[in-house]
Amino acid sequence: MSQAIAEKAKPRLTTSAMIASIASEGQRVKAAPFGKALVEYAADRPEVVGLTADLAKYTDLHLFAQAYPERFFQMGMAEQLLMGAAGGLAKEGLVPFATTYAVFGTRRAYDFIHQVIAEENLNVKICCALPGLTTGYGPSHQATEDIAMMRGVPGLTIVDPCDALDIEQAVPQIAQHPGPVYMRLLRGQVPLVLDEIEGYRFELGKARMLREGADVLVISSGILTMRALEVAQDLAADRIGVAVLHCPTIKPLDEAAIVAAVGAAPRLVVVAENHSVVGGLGEAVASALLRHRVQPARFELAGLPDAFLDAGALPTLHDRYGISREVLGRRIRGWLG
Amino acid sequence: MTDSAALPSTATQALAQAAWRIRRYALRMGEVQGQGYIGQALGWADVLAVAYRHALTLRPREPEWEGRDRFLLSHGHYAIAHYAALIEAGVIDESELETYGGDDSRLPMSGMAAYTPGMEISGGSLGQGLVIAVGMALGLKQKKNPAFVYNSMSDGELDEGSTWEAAMAAAHHRLDNLVCLVDINNQQADGPSSKVLGFEPLADKWAAFGWHVQRVDGNDLPAVLSAFDAARGLRDAKPRVILFDTLMGKGVPFLEQREKNHFIRVDPPEWQQALTILDASRPEPSTEGALA
Repeated sequence: MSQAIAEKAKPRLTTSAMIASIASEGQRVKAAPFGKALVEYAADRPEVVGLTADLAKYTDLHLFAQAYPERFFQMGMAEQLLMGAAGGLAKEGLVPFATTYAVFGTRRAYDFIHQVIAEENLNVKICCALPGLTTGYGPSHQATEDIAMMRGVPGLTIVDPCDALDIEQAVPQIAQHPGPVYMRLLRGQVPLVLDEIEGYRFELGKARMLREGADVLVISSGILTMRALEVAQDLAADRIGVAVLHCPTIKPLDEAAIVAAVGAAPRLVVVAENHSVVGGLGEAVASALLRHRVQPARFELAGLPDAFLDAGALPTLHDRYGISREVLGRRIRGWLG
Repeated sequence: MTDSAALPSTATQALAQAAWRIRRYALRMGEVQGQGYIGQALGWADVLAVAYRHALTLRPREPEWEGRDRFLLSHGHYAIAHYAALIEAGVIDESELETYGGDDSRLPMSGMAAYTPGMEISGGSLGQGLVIAVGMALGLKQKKNPAFVYNSMSDGELDEGSTWEAAMAAAHHRLDNLVCLVDINNQQADGPSSKVLGFEPLADKWAAFGWHVQRVDGNDLPAVLSAFDAARGLRDAKPRVILFDTLMGKGVPFLEQREKNHFIRVDPPEWQQALTILDASRPEPSTEGALA
């Protein structure tokens, strides 16, 4: 096939805009679930305040700023200040929600999260957009190791929500949780998938089995839970049973649910996450299984490689790094042999 | 601004006594551990005396009282000086200084909020106090609480970018309830601060960032007193900084003259010698209660 024909056959993908939705075409979405949930929660709670480092619009915090301008503090493009001032506000009894992109919040302000916020167990809710590989802008904007960094901070609760439902239900729960929280944020047009799971509710600190399956157990968090559900559907057509255990709280990890699910049947266990295979959910699960002396039939990591990822169009990158529906499905089939 | 020369001598006498006691408490703690940032403590004692015996609104036995002025020790290694001031203020009992730096002590070598009554923050990772102070000052305004936030910091912390992030934000948010106290002893870990990373013209820098600036001799009590009063009394809707030039080891001549280092070496017998010298220079007692 000539190059010209190939280009005609496959539309040229462009680098997705930084704030592009991760929703696939035709997928059901909900707009700005974080911003809307926070506005609703804060309505009769004057202690809730919001602050950002020049990214209110791109973290959906602008809705809070519009609703409660007197409770919104613009900190400018200064992440150390953002985290330090959030700590100061918490020390005065307020409940600050601090937003920026995950790369800047974690990599740039680590010591301020560690020393100002976590060491004093302050009630700060750090909500960071563009988690993992959700932008094609390259490593400057791809937070592929934020969970690894945050897991190292004692006493910090870490949440990696899957979709709009997870986010809107997580907001009041992290607000009411006494102590610091780091939540990965999906913003803009956010996919809505978990409402299709009967009886599903986000519960801070709990993992939830979303579907059962005899051949594979996928343990996942964040948008990889969405992918796992898609893959499970695809593999079901070939009579391959895929169970999906969703772990939206990374720390503290619901080890009991993980151990029970792995121990329930001898099957391939795949940990799928929108994060480096270093220091994320995969290693946390592996450690829990070893400590609990539970041996899966086979154990694989479907996370992002330990590398600086390429820039480009997001669908291409998800294919390249194995977290697209198609490639994740192919990898799991391969591991099944 | 108050004319320092016109201050009642009883007030300055009482402050001189307080500063003398703070130096003495610090030396005694240093002797307990055989180490400590004593050069800084002796140099900063006059500022702490004015802060804790004149400027700050406090309830010593109720260190978390909502109406208190907040005093943040950004330079956590000055804890030995801060504990001495907290003893002077009646927040901590004098007997507790014997535990300084020991296991299970409430007085660890570097200041931490969870350990010590009156210690507002866990400082020590330098350059963090002022960003926290910005948040607390915003929070106090949000609560319509008229208390002030004082951030105590070292000149070395001027190297940290976060200090200037906070300086921009404090002016932008018109934080007139924030007072920053900078100890310019011109000594940081690798040598004189001016050689490590030059910060002059410092007053101009702060002014350019939108702050009300004063620069005074931090070991001249009437000048320190006036500067605190002026910072507090200012009507402008801007944050205030007082740059205090201080002498490390102040009050103990052999330590003043010792080769300047970030961590002044003091040999075991020298703690007692320093105390003896300090005792010989005890200021005249004044009538208690004469302070504003």
